Amino acid sequence: MKLQEIVDSLSLEVKTPSSDLTKEVTGGYVSDLLSDVIANSKEGHVWVTLQTHQNIVAVAALRELSGIILVNNKIPEPETLKKAEEEGIPIMVTSLPAFEIVGRLYALGLRCR
Amino acid sequence: MPVEFRADLHIHTCLSPCSDLYMTPYRIVEKAASLGLNIIAICDHNSVENVDVTRKLAKEKGINAIPGIEITTAEEIHIVGLLADIDGALRLQDIIYENLQPGENDEEAFGYQVIVNEIDEVLGFNKRLLIGATRLSVTKIVDMIHSFGGIAIAAHIDREGFGIIGQLGFIPSDLRLDALEISSRISIETARKKFKEYSHMPWITSSDAHNLSDIGRVSTGLFMNHSSFDEFCLALQGIDGRKVMLD
Repeated sequence: MKLQEIVDSLSLEVKTPSSDLTKEVTGGYVSDLLSDVIANSKEGHVWVTLQTHQNIVAVAALRELSGIILVNNKIPEPETLKKAEEEGIPIMVTSLPAFEIVGRLYALGLRCR
Repeated sequence: MPVEFRADLHIHTCLSPCSDLYMTPYRIVEKAASLGLNIIAICDHNSVENVDVTRKLAKEKGINAIPGIEITTAEEIHIVGLLADIDGALRLQDIIYENLQPGENDEEAFGYQVIVNEIDEVLGFNKRLLIGATRLSVTKIVDMIHSFGGIAIAAHIDREGFGIIGQLGFIPSDLRLDALEISSRISIETARKKFKEYSHMPWITSSDAHNLSDIGRVSTGLFMNHSSFDEFCLALQGIDGRKVMLD
């Protein structure tokens, strides 16, 4: 599934205008402990979190994640968006809490594997 | 010529909801004195309301009690701020209170937040949600501590929850931390291996005491010309023979 389809289906707001939404999303991961994401997420996962610190971009780049979805209308820090544009990591925002957005991602067919 | 002062720079009082009620300033100072500690720092969660009384009691025993606070950042990282004086600590507390998660402490769920005097009498209860997080980012908190002339230390970096590496994956290279704190949960030898990429930064070990028997379970040797906040800052930077030695 392409990231663009997820953005459209779940009405996500894309915060990184230059990002590539043709990326293939292979699954999903949800966690707010970045050390846990480093340990357990997989390449191509879309990551659901409420953390907005610029380290989320570094972690997503390290793990080659397809994108980051920030929940609860979290506003990413300006530095985070700048780094995300540099690293080509799409950042999207939803007004939904993590539980709801993860449920919808699951319903779209994404799994954590 | 610098001489060694033993320091435990992270001790909670009964003001912290998660702390034992016996952690009164009087008992903390008695315990610290019995262990031969020269310097302690009182670091309650998001508050400094038991600091001044501890400082006065400690002074009578010849112990330097540094005003401190353990701040919860928006990322839920614990940052210890150590200040030169109580005025700076109180001004920092004002900003923390303005930015603390709203809500009232639930004493049944989190514990009592007791403000006491020098003879263990209860002066009142702090009603704020001290267990909660502030809405200030770790970068802002570190800058704010510096703006009051203080020292910013990443607390218990070996702990997954509330430790900076657990919460953020790694320590951002542009974050201007003055020191990293290793808790008693991990040996210094293990920490040196596990965190070797941060060996260029000053390290301290502190007890993070929540009850009396925790005090001094680990401590740090500060080699300084005399016991003062300025000398402590110089020791962290390793200036003119001053240094920090771990157990």
